[in-house]
Amino acid sequence: MFKKILVANRGEIACRVFKTARKMGIDTVAVYSDADRGALHTQMATESVHIGPPASSESYLVAERIIQACRDTGAQAVHPGYGFLSENSGFARALEAQGIVFIGPGTEAIEAMGDKITSKKLALEAGVNTIPGFAGVIENADHAVEVAKGIGYPVMLKASAGGGGKGMRVAWNDDECRDGLQRAASEAKSSFGDDRVFIEKFIEEPRHIEIQIIADGHDNIVYLGERECSIQRRHQKVIEEAPSPFVDEAMRKAMGEQAVALARAVHYKSAGTVEFIVDADKNFYFLEMNTRLQVEHPITEFVTGFDLVELMIRVADGEKLPFTQNEISLRGWAIECRVYAEDPFRNFLPSTGRLFRYVPPEESDHVRVDTGVFEGGEVSMYYDPMIAKLVTHGATRDQAIQRMRDALDRYYIRGVSHNVSFLAALIVHPRFNEGRLSTNMIAEEYPDGFHAADVPHEDPAMIIAVAASINRRYRDRAAEITGQMRGHERQVRDGWVVVMGNEYHHVTVQATDGGHDVEYNGEVFTVRSDWQFGRPLFEGTFNGAELCMQVERRDTAYRLFHGGSEIEVMVLTPRVAELCRYMPVKKPPDMSKFLLSPMPGLLTSLAVKPDQEVKAGEEMAVVEAMKMENTLRAERDGKVLTIHAWPGDTLAVDQPIVEFA
Amino acid sequence: MQDIIAQLKEKRTAALLGGGQKRIDAQHEKGKLTARERIELLLDEGSFEEWDMFVEHRCVDFGMADSKIPGDGVVTGYGTINGRVVFVFSQDFTVFGGSLSEAHAEKICKIMDHAMKVGVPVIGLNDSGGARIQEGVASLGGYAEVFQRNVMASGVIPQISVIMGPCAGGAVYSPAMTDFIFMVKDSSYMFVTGPDVVKTVTHETVSAEQLGGAVTHSTVSGVCDRAFENDVKALLMVRRFINYLPANNREKPPYRPTPDHADRLEISLDTLVPDNPNVPYDMKELIYKVVDDTDFFEIQPEHAQNIIVGFARMEGNPVGLVANQPLVLAGCLDIKSSIKAARFVRFCDAFNIPIITFVDVPGFLPGTAQEYGGIIKHGAKLLYAYAETTVPKVTIITRKAYGGAYDVMSSKHLRGDVNFAWASAEIAVMGPKGAVEIIFRKDIADEEKIAAHTEEYRRKFANPFIAGHRGYIDDVIAPHATRQRICRSLAMLRDKKLENPWRKHGNLPL
Repeated sequence: MFKKILVANRGEIACRVFKTARKMGIDTVAVYSDADRGALHTQMATESVHIGPPASSESYLVAERIIQACRDTGAQAVHPGYGFLSENSGFARALEAQGIVFIGPGTEAIEAMGDKITSKKLALEAGVNTIPGFAGVIENADHAVEVAKGIGYPVMLKASAGGGGKGMRVAWNDDECRDGLQRAASEAKSSFGDDRVFIEKFIEEPRHIEIQIIADGHDNIVYLGERECSIQRRHQKVIEEAPSPFVDEAMRKAMGEQAVALARAVHYKSAGTVEFIVDADKNFYFLEMNTRLQVEHPITEFVTGFDLVELMIRVADGEKLPFTQNEISLRGWAIECRVYAEDPFRNFLPSTGRLFRYVPPEESDHVRVDTGVFEGGEVSMYYDPMIAKLVTHGATRDQAIQRMRDALDRYYIRGVSHNVSFLAALIVHPRFNEGRLSTNMIAEEYPDGFHAADVPHEDPAMIIAVAASINRRYRDRAAEITGQMRGHERQVRDGWVVVMGNEYHHVTVQATDGGHDVEYNGEVFTVRSDWQFGRPLFEGTFNGAELCMQVERRDTAYRLFHGGSEIEVMVLTPRVAELCRYMPVKKPPDMSKFLLSPMPGLLTSLAVKPDQEVKAGEEMAVVEAMKMENTLRAERDGKVLTIHAWPGDTLAVDQPIVEFA
Repeated sequence: MQDIIAQLKEKRTAALLGGGQKRIDAQHEKGKLTARERIELLLDEGSFEEWDMFVEHRCVDFGMADSKIPGDGVVTGYGTINGRVVFVFSQDFTVFGGSLSEAHAEKICKIMDHAMKVGVPVIGLNDSGGARIQEGVASLGGYAEVFQRNVMASGVIPQISVIMGPCAGGAVYSPAMTDFIFMVKDSSYMFVTGPDVVKTVTHETVSAEQLGGAVTHSTVSGVCDRAFENDVKALLMVRRFINYLPANNREKPPYRPTPDHADRLEISLDTLVPDNPNVPYDMKELIYKVVDDTDFFEIQPEHAQNIIVGFARMEGNPVGLVANQPLVLAGCLDIKSSIKAARFVRFCDAFNIPIITFVDVPGFLPGTAQEYGGIIKHGAKLLYAYAETTVPKVTIITRKAYGGAYDVMSSKHLRGDVNFAWASAEIAVMGPKGAVEIIFRKDIADEEKIAAHTEEYRRKFANPFIAGHRGYIDDVIAPHATRQRICRSLAMLRDKKLENPWRKHGNLPL
């Protein structure tokens, strides 16, 4: 076995590989860029090597630096993780030339599967289903109809040079096909200057289901069940699960065997994933093969009980697989949520910065957190904004979902925006619970983006009772202050009003052992907790059932986070609540006269000056964020009144840059 | 007797209605509460003892003899906030626009005199159109009587003003002399001369809100210590605020139990200060992670943000926090931040509230604007305030402590009781680059040499050891142990006794 391995990666995946290596008694080497000095993965490794400036093109993507680090540390093998150099055959070859083992497949497989045309050809030859279609260029409308009939409606007409949804048309019959061809061609012409169009089968309600395989180079190739990754946002996976609620035993076997056949065709060795697109009738078609460890591998590990990284290392060292296909069985259900540093309420804008507070849920036999950050660490603008992967396991899908809900309630992140509330909303979504998934689900369910109103809390009584209990604790303590008028000390009342928006809920709060009994609407709710002031997690029970809610006190209000909902309440005496009704509802200030910074960043240039007339669409300013230059344009015609920020200024989100007259 | 009681009832009912239902409705329509409703909100339920409900004005001119309303536009008395006594006056805009008559002023003076006698705070809720013009000089005299009492009470009992409506002209000077001014957004304003006069005299067109609204005073002028969204929020926050203050200058501030352990460690503070000395960080994170229950009551959060001041508790006892904020202007001291911090330090000193100072200061802000504005005298205010202070002072240097600003920020030399530094502290006359350019002026053209000198200077001075050798720093501490070390220091200093020499008063560089 290797004595020392290097992980050519960062963040959670580097940490994850180190964990296995440590378990196997292998020394580890981390590499890091300037931006990752002191990062978690460098703390976890036996030693770490600096490999360059923050930009990955100058550090994590530079093969020579990694190889030099291997030489300097005597690492015998390199695990590439995912992304970066993981599917770079040149890197694998260069390692080989140095006598360093690449923990991954051979270069032949990487190269063959890295090319869309070759991989599809190989798949066809290996007997793998591919999307029916006509690879040639469509000549005219009649030709299009002929081809479409051959494939069977519905079909998708796609610009050869296409991308980003442009030049794409779905046709359900001959007429639509003729019309669609014309439109797709003209759109393609105007967008890409190339009007060539091809036709393939249109997959309705597509699902993304992939097969994990592992091969040892000794002719043993085994598939380890499937993962469904249909919950995607703009082609980025958000939630994955294993097994898929859609796949039956026969389908699993068929998919698995095709995946194995493909792997065999390229003499695959190591872990790999064959991705399929699946239609509503359970037809599955090959998409591509990923010749590396996938982000979502932990769900397969949960249901198979294997450590895929360990298997990869052993196989790379020449060992045979310790099991055969017959010995594979799937246990229970696993779900993974990708926790990103992005703001779901602002169109998923990436967020960077220091993690003021970071408390992931505790790990257990059912909960796993693959994380690459720590409290006080930095979410850097240079890399993928994934903070962690939260994985839960259960005997059934429902149990795994329930555990995920609970784990998300406990996930406490402050300092950067994060998508935990969005994940929670998806997890409680009826469609997710029924397993009616498709890669379009997020776009269909949240067509105008994600809003706080999309996640009303399912049990307002719980929020009301917990808020009342927390408030009672604060009031009781306030009454313990010294220096009170003797004989006239503060008495805390039992009757309170919980104000949530325009709703006023009268409650009676009685202290009992370990908590409060809250009477609301004629019912008594029990809230028990050993929560203390200032603690972010209110853990305890609500009516006897376990409860974890995040709590923040903001001036006169309490902010509660639970089940993806974020609710602000005030708890007032009845008289104060009555007076509260006189308080004006203030409209948010009219910001339409301002050009606002859409994100935190640096104002790099300003194209206008006071009194200048601008036309809609004219460039006004450039904001640099996440190493990207974002040009801000005038939304309408107008005249500049004043400039509020100047080049070189650091901007907060929604900070005014220019004010119009 | 029965008759008297009936009359009393009638009078009371009339008095409680103030200027009448119509005016009360008008007040509500403006999103404002009435004088009595505000008192109800501010004080513990049922604790208000009203005085002088039947006081009426004595003016006979301009038909005023027939127009009398019991209480005369101000509700006064005392009550409790969390069981602790405070005196309150609340101006009633529904009665003669809350204007100040001689009798109105007498009511305020009466409760101020009592508050002084028993040593408890005075809270004024201001909502007044100004002087009772019909009374002429009698009204002006009333103002001055209040001013005189404000000054006599200053530093003896806490005085808090909440501006909840107009407060213009001479009327502003009473709140101005109190310790803290809170305002309500969109419904309160303060100015010496209103928009109309401004227009006539300077031809400036400005709205009342722009000229003296809560936002203006809490951001630009610094007159206002906190601006709140509405009456309810403002008064509930005043209730919370008073919990930090002692009843008077002879008492220690009130203790309130906390479950937060003195020896709580915050490992993440070890990475708070970035490696690069030019990269800022948020000093508020240090404050939130060090104080009890992450509960910090900031004063002037929107004004002179390069310095942070406010109240919190350590082991249940109130403390005042002063901290440079590297996020804004690199945390340097300038005119506004010096004044803001100086006033805060003096308040804490007057009322026996220990001061914790977090230092990361690159120096004073340079420039003509600052020099012409008198930074010399304004900066001196903060120096004076710290030097004069006799309450316990605990200081932690997190990073830069350069030049005169080092001296100012509660240094050992200004009788700092316990002065700690983090390992990242750099205590020097100036930053390495500037220092090298002076010491090695002849090498200035030689980049390599300068770089080498800079490195040498950095190695020598960009650390807490030189200051440590001289005893200017009592210890170098781990950031994660900051709370623990401060708590112990404050516990040790609890009975600190230090007196300044007798004098009439010092001559603060005003």
